[in-house]
Amino acid sequence: MSDAALKTSAVIAPVIKEETPFRRFVKQFMEDRVAVFGLALLSVIVLLALLAPWISPQNPYDLAKVDLMDSKQRPGVIAGDGFKMWLGSDGVGRDLLSGILYGLRISLMVGVVSGLIAATVGMSVGLIAAYFGGRVESFIMRVVDLQLSLPTVLVALILVAMLGKGVDKIIIALVVVQWAYYARTVRGSALVERRKEYVEAAQSLGLSNSRIIFRHILPNVIAPVIVIATVQTAHAISLEATLSFLGVGLPQTEPSLGVLIANGFQYLLSGSYWISTFPGIALLFTIVGINLVGDRMRDVLNPRLEK
Amino acid sequence: MLAFILRRIAQSIGVIAAMVVIVFFGINVVGDPVWMMVAPDATQADIDRVRSEFGFDQPVFIQFFQFVKGLFTGTLGQSYVHGEPAIRLILHRLPATLELALVALTLAIVIGIPLGLYAGLKPDSKLSRGIMATSILGFSLPTFWVGLMMILLFSVMLGWLPATGRGQTASLFGWQTSLLTLNGWTHILLPALNLAFLKISLVIRLARAGAREAALMDYVKFARAKGLSQNRIIGVHILKNIMIPIVTVLGLEFGSLVAFSVVTETIFAWPGVGKLLLEAIQRLDRPVIVAYVIVVVVLFVTINLLVDIVYSLLDPRVRLTEAKA
Repeated sequence: MSDAALKTSAVIAPVIKEETPFRRFVKQFMEDRVAVFGLALLSVIVLLALLAPWISPQNPYDLAKVDLMDSKQRPGVIAGDGFKMWLGSDGVGRDLLSGILYGLRISLMVGVVSGLIAATVGMSVGLIAAYFGGRVESFIMRVVDLQLSLPTVLVALILVAMLGKGVDKIIIALVVVQWAYYARTVRGSALVERRKEYVEAAQSLGLSNSRIIFRHILPNVIAPVIVIATVQTAHAISLEATLSFLGVGLPQTEPSLGVLIANGFQYLLSGSYWISTFPGIALLFTIVGINLVGDRMRDVLNPRLEK
Repeated sequence: MLAFILRRIAQSIGVIAAMVVIVFFGINVVGDPVWMMVAPDATQADIDRVRSEFGFDQPVFIQFFQFVKGLFTGTLGQSYVHGEPAIRLILHRLPATLELALVALTLAIVIGIPLGLYAGLKPDSKLSRGIMATSILGFSLPTFWVGLMMILLFSVMLGWLPATGRGQTASLFGWQTSLLTLNGWTHILLPALNLAFLKISLVIRLARAGAREAALMDYVKFARAKGLSQNRIIGVHILKNIMIPIVTVLGLEFGSLVAFSVVTETIFAWPGVGKLLLEAIQRLDRPVIVAYVIVVVVLFVTINLLVDIVYSLLDPRVRLTEAKA
């Protein structure tokens, strides 16, 4: 979906109404049933997370509502307050379904925020590298290569070891392990764009570098970024859950899905399977949903596959 | 060729040096380690004594200098928690981790290649679709959760395999290994499978893509025209050719297996370096964290270097493009 394509289609628009790039994208996306299923799944999950305070049977943060007598109850048991705990309760008596709904909020928030920041940083760095070339470019790409050659789990672990616990620290760690993917991809596409005539035209008009980079090149390299963003967000959510599970991620006061799974781990061997299982399934659905949507977007947005 | 190898070695040393500097200064930003070495009711005099004993009162760059000096003499400082040299702790635990990673790598190959080959050669069969769907699921499943579910299924519900520890070990040339006893094998199977999980999906994809490509090649058509059996065509002609990229990728992935063992070792209480690292992070045991990172980075860089050199021996094009750059 290039800038130029957008303008041409705007001209043609009155004649053939259906053929805006966005509509074409939607139409192509919808052709794949699995992807539509993924999108539906993801929408439901996001909706559940957003509505958690209104739809969950219990507020798991409200200590007055949580009763220790309800701890480690099997799925389907009626809680002391009279509502049915569909998924059972955890080690301190919180309703697991409510915990998962609230946990989804935190997991999604961390994933999306870190993804957005990483995309912004990575895109800027990648564009700068591609536009200026030379020493700047080779330095940036060395750093990117170094970053990408190290296993993400290790880098994230060392970073949280340096920074400590907390939502902000985790987001920083996730940004550091993600930005290089965006930088590499954006640089690749931007290198192609930079040689095109419209950039030359903008330069001869005497526009500033930053204006050319962000107003002219950026819109043309955004498609691959969207694809990476979906995959990376799924990665980030999974990585945050892993770190939280290891006890070096989010603190107990911010119970993401990973924290819930970690809390259930100690009861697993004694047979209280549900505490770790159900938050994991919620996590799995989230990641599968994002990956299915991302896969289809890659196919649709990839110009090489265009008919 | 020699110039290529020398340049790659120089690059590798550069990477290690950069990591050492980043990690040392990064770790020094973390809170004051004195607080976890003294009793909560320690007097200021006690604190000062500990501080000067471990050299924390020195300026950071002098501490760094001491640290670099230690690197070359092979001492990376004493663990604050264990009171032993950090490097000895790491090296003592490293064999368990390497063993786990090697078994995981073997599982990835043994399980992944036949499935990938099948999916590549019969892309339209139902089984192939099943294999590919499973491999997509494999990429989506969070590994640590799969580990928990494995424990739940095989240890808690079925009671087939033990969930924790290394089991009986036997000594082989001073290497304590789980691979020589049946009990050891029952202990290593679950963690290794868990660690291999993502890599199995990866190998399936690589083998499938390779097989689909190779099946259309002239040498396969020629082999078929010669009247060779299907088994020989697949086992010799196709397999040989798809092994090059798979071995390369898996060589590079070995380092990430060692890194990811932090998660698996924690779940299955496997006494390797990963578990040691996590404990060190939770207790801010600085020398152990730094020693771990240095050992793993050296391991990682060495593997990458070897893979690159082997690859350039197999494929001269790599060498040539590097030389031009």
